Amino acid sequence: MTVNTADQPATTMGNRPTSKTDLFMSFSLLALQGFGGVLAIAQRELVEKKQWLTRDEFLEDWAVAQILPGPNVVNLSLMIGDRYFGFAGALAALAGMLAFPLLIVLALAALLSGVSDSAVVQGALRGMGAVAAGLIAATGFKLVGALKSNPMGRTVCWALAVLSFVAIAWLRWPLVSVLLGLGSLASLWAYRQLGRAQETGVAQ
Amino acid sequence: MTVAFTGTDWLALLTHFLSLSLLAIGGAITTAPAMHSYLVNDKAWLSEAQFTSSIALAQAAPGPNVLFIALLGWNVGMNAGGGINAGPGAWWLALAGVGVAMVGILLPSTTLTFAAARWGHRNRELRAVRAFKMGMAPVVIALLVATGWILASSAGSPTEHWRPWLLTSITAVIVWRTQLHMLWLLGTGALLGAMGVL
Repeated sequence: MTVNTADQPATTMGNRPTSKTDLFMSFSLLALQGFGGVLAIAQRELVEKKQWLTRDEFLEDWAVAQILPGPNVVNLSLMIGDRYFGFAGALAALAGMLAFPLLIVLALAALLSGVSDSAVVQGALRGMGAVAAGLIAATGFKLVGALKSNPMGRTVCWALAVLSFVAIAWLRWPLVSVLLGLGSLASLWAYRQLGRAQETGVAQ
Repeated sequence: MTVAFTGTDWLALLTHFLSLSLLAIGGAITTAPAMHSYLVNDKAWLSEAQFTSSIALAQAAPGPNVLFIALLGWNVGMNAGGGINAGPGAWWLALAGVGVAMVGILLPSTTLTFAAARWGHRNRELRAVRAFKMGMAPVVIALLVATGWILASSAGSPTEHWRPWLLTSITAVIVWRTQLHMLWLLGTGALLGAMGVL
């Protein structure tokens, strides 16, 4: 259960949520641990601990959740819930993702309406922000291993990743144009490579 | 702060969030500038401070960051009711604001996601669907690392403000390579920040 994620096998493990209640509770617990963003903890819980998804499946679902409009962890919960228990499962996972965090954030808003600009609170928020930045970057590093089985090949994958990083982090291009621009170029290339693999009979 | 709020205004609030929902590619936060100009500048339903603290609070609290929208709705409703000290009526309006804001921002996008993801999963063996997922993979991975970079940059440049950057880097390596629970890291970050070390 506690294998190093970098060498995690990319095979289907066959674990799944046992019920809609399980879905709701799992996503609630996951959301409640997600300070400064839920994605890092979602990857750890769903892939490493519960093993409902392999690393490759997680990356594929994440790509879909990311390109569709709306909060991406909300999209992800909806997709996973639907896959196991249909519409009701989607609602259960969605409710889990939102219900308790909503109560907490409203309670905080009511309580903190006066103190949120004190130096200590501001400092603590800054510290948590720095950690949250590390969490999300690490999630990216963990998923790099999934590129090994990508039909575009290692060089193209790395080139695309570096270009995307530079465009978003340094040049600050709008996210939509990077996702749609580089993303569709990459998808076209992958389409071509998948076709080639089929022609030559290489099992991909 | 107090604002006068009519039935038409509630409808306008709902329509505003509904109209932004499908534009929120990459998360609801990407539509924050549009919300700011509408809610704070055009309509003056929210104060500048209420807007920024809603985002900061939702990011610090557990759960999806989209909850800043719930807080925006909460504050609009609270202002419509005459402020936090105006009695239970204001609290009910605040809750109504939460409902309107969240339904508005989530209903169109979740409906689309539900339908599109279902279609994609049913057709997952199609060459086009596989190509999309494979092609997006490196872009999406880079996006995660870039998001970390951008969040870290909010502390300032790495040369001038090396301490938060160091904390970010150490966190990234620990999370990448170990199973240490993330709450320990967040707690440490909060403590260091509160002590003024960063």
